[in-house]
Amino acid sequence: MAAAWRIERSTAASRAALFAVALAFAALLALPARGDSGDLRLAVEICYSLALAQAWNLLAGYTGLVSVGQQAYVGLGGYAFFALTVLAGMPPLPSLALAGLVAAALALPTAFVVFRLHGAYFAIGTWVVAEVFRLLLAQMRPLGGGTGMSLPVAVVRDLAQSRGARDLITYYLGLGLGLGTVLLVFFWLRSRQGLALTAIRDSETAAASVGIDNRRTKFAVYAIAAGIAGLTGALAFLEKLRISPDAAFSVGDWTANVIFIVVIGGIGSIEGPILGTIVFFALRALLADYGAWYLITLGALAVAVMLLAPQGLWGVVARPLGLQFFPVQRRLRPLNSPQTAPEAASPGRGD
Amino acid sequence: MSLLETSGLAAFYGDFQALYGVDLHIEEGEAVAIIGANGAGKSTLLRAIAGQLRAPAEHVRFAGMPIGSLAPSRIVRLGVALVPEGRRLFSSLTVEENLQLGGQCGRRGPWTLDRIYRLFPMLAGRRRRPSTALSGGEQQMVAIGRALMANPRLLLCDEISLGLAPIVIRDIYAALPGIRAEGTTVLIVEQDTSRALGMADRVYCLQEGRVTLEGAPAELSRERIRLAYFGV
Amino acid sequence: MAWTNIILQGALLGGLYALFAAGLSLMFGVMRLVNIAHGDLIVLAAYCALMVVQATGVHPLLSLVAVVPLMFALGYALQRGLLNFTLGHEILPPLLVTFGLSVIIQNALLEGFSADSRRLQAGALETASLRLGDQLAIGWLPAIVFLAAAVIIALLEVLLYRTPLGRAFRATSDDADTAQLYGVGIRHVFALATALALAVASVAGVLLAIRTNFDPSIGPARLLYAFEAVIIGGLGSLWGTLAGGVILGVAQSVGGALDPGWDILAGHLAFLLVLVIRPRGLFPKLVD
Repeated sequence: MAAAWRIERSTAASRAALFAVALAFAALLALPARGDSGDLRLAVEICYSLALAQAWNLLAGYTGLVSVGQQAYVGLGGYAFFALTVLAGMPPLPSLALAGLVAAALALPTAFVVFRLHGAYFAIGTWVVAEVFRLLLAQMRPLGGGTGMSLPVAVVRDLAQSRGARDLITYYLGLGLGLGTVLLVFFWLRSRQGLALTAIRDSETAAASVGIDNRRTKFAVYAIAAGIAGLTGALAFLEKLRISPDAAFSVGDWTANVIFIVVIGGIGSIEGPILGTIVFFALRALLADYGAWYLITLGALAVAVMLLAPQGLWGVVARPLGLQFFPVQRRLRPLNSPQTAPEAASPGRGD
Repeated sequence: MSLLETSGLAAFYGDFQALYGVDLHIEEGEAVAIIGANGAGKSTLLRAIAGQLRAPAEHVRFAGMPIGSLAPSRIVRLGVALVPEGRRLFSSLTVEENLQLGGQCGRRGPWTLDRIYRLFPMLAGRRRRPSTALSGGEQQMVAIGRALMANPRLLLCDEISLGLAPIVIRDIYAALPGIRAEGTTVLIVEQDTSRALGMADRVYCLQEGRVTLEGAPAELSRERIRLAYFGV
Repeated sequence: MAWTNIILQGALLGGLYALFAAGLSLMFGVMRLVNIAHGDLIVLAAYCALMVVQATGVHPLLSLVAVVPLMFALGYALQRGLLNFTLGHEILPPLLVTFGLSVIIQNALLEGFSADSRRLQAGALETASLRLGDQLAIGWLPAIVFLAAAVIIALLEVLLYRTPLGRAFRATSDDADTAQLYGVGIRHVFALATALALAVASVAGVLLAIRTNFDPSIGPARLLYAFEAVIIGGLGSLWGTLAGGVILGVAQSVGGALDPGWDILAGHLAFLLVLVIRPRGLFPKLVD
């Protein structure tokens, strides 16, 4: 039978999701009118955590680059921002953008070294690199050495005169970063490179044999993830008003938490890190008073999810329902009988 | 009671079914060959018997005991040893270490390092060599010796002539009578039909995961074998 | 003479790093598992020793009699109860599970022992030294640590190359499916490998705790040193790991002599240098 086929790239759920995202976005835009300064700060933190989670998911979930060293680029971005504003006297907003670029640019020579390691060894190698950057910056006296430095009042004022206005600006920057990263990952995965990524994820040798330039794709993804981390660092330390090597290059804050978000939410999907971010901040609010037990619980939850439901909570919820809010694959459907559609490119992992 | 008996044995690789209800039996002391075309399920059958593919316990009985669901490391202790397809020697072990590893399951019996070196004299001079430094035929001898070191009651041989020169194959097959003389029962998978018919007491032919023919070589005409082999 | 001393002290320190690394190397060798919690398990062993010393008042070295079997048992249980379930063709599960484990151990130690710095008091052993010349002296403790590393690595070599268990380790490393055909129970073998790795790690932990202060947060840095020693030495070679530890220790010692802030950095840079020049390490045996 010579059936007519069409390539389907959206689902009913995804169209509904688009609508929901638009609604949520409108609500978020209006948040500053209702929320106080604390709410806005929390919202910024949620946004950049989401950005880091999407970037790590792009690395580990789609490209097979399991990095435990993303704090390197958060720290570099933060320090680049302080250096540009304080030492070079540049205005804050361009410095912020430039800090992201600096982090991405430094990622390229770093990638040249760490890409010599594979799998788990790559993971620890990236961690060593982050330590190298931390120790180097601790030696830099103009940036405060090991104790770090505060953002001078003049720079803060340069961003906006009133505190309310500054909160508003950082909030919208955070929102832009979080949402921008989700959209970037979404459209990247739908592009030709996205198909290449999924191919690398499923089999590196097979992908190479159909003509995908692994090395270039990996470099590109690594640099983009570093850029996002750099922007996050610049924004986070603009908000904190103070930077130190230990805070800027903290594996716990910038990588462990992010890994837990992605693993718990669901690796290898765009929805997973979003769900993971929600779960993470809900847990944090619940367990805030329990100190170390909070991290123990989080670690145990991540271990349990990895062993029992490697697709993460999103996989548990969405897979049986066939839900997909961010469809990145193409489905081939015959025009006359939509029930018997084979999947052209399934995103299924581990089969 | 048969030494080995499979009843309704089915085996799967994921969703792909490779065996459909295979019934066979082997008596103690027999030499049985399994023939069939590529992809007929011969290797799968041996893997299922050795425990590398799990099946319901009752589908495979060894000396009356259901073993279908046991792990390979348990099955070898009961007395079933497999010479795997492609030999699969341990590349970082020497020849002698490969043999010793085969004996590690702790079964007692006639086979010792000395006996293996007497069976395959060329190995004695190469005992300290890495197994990767040997020729294909020598590697096949190590693989057989390694399985014998487990002192099996039933020896399963998967395509032991694969990729070897005819003269080497002859050397290897020449060792089989010596192995049988120790009372070891032998089940061989062989693509070379005439070689299989030459050594076996009985032959099974598999085609697409099913037994299509069974009998003693003398009872089977070329025509019946061709039909069972190719199905046309 | 001053530089000879600096290099000598660094080399002796390298013995400790080789002890950190031996367990990591063993686990990777046998089952291709990279245990990110390795450093935290070393620290856990140090705390176990601290509890033994506090409860009984014995010399810290004597606490090994209790700590080594304890960590051996813990390793066996950890592998059989948890880590075996992460092994397969994918790299994420073992990596993320051991990463989670690392966070759990660190925070459990923090909860149990607070963030305070501790130390195991070893009495006269801490300061006793052997003078070799004007500016050259070897502390007994660093010498014992180095010797312990050399002896333990020699014993591991004997185990790997001269015993049935070592044969099973190497066969499993080559081809686990085939090893099972000849009676090797790989779940048990994996568990023994982890048990041994943690037994060695516990010696490392106790010696570390006698040499320097420790607190719950120092595990990851020990993991990095261990990892660097393994990679510098080359995968799969235990003597190479000792050499890797020595190179790392000398680099740190020389770096620290140039500028006190540069010790650890110099070690990391030496590692990155080796990675750029000889990605497979100096004495590689295994292909990962």
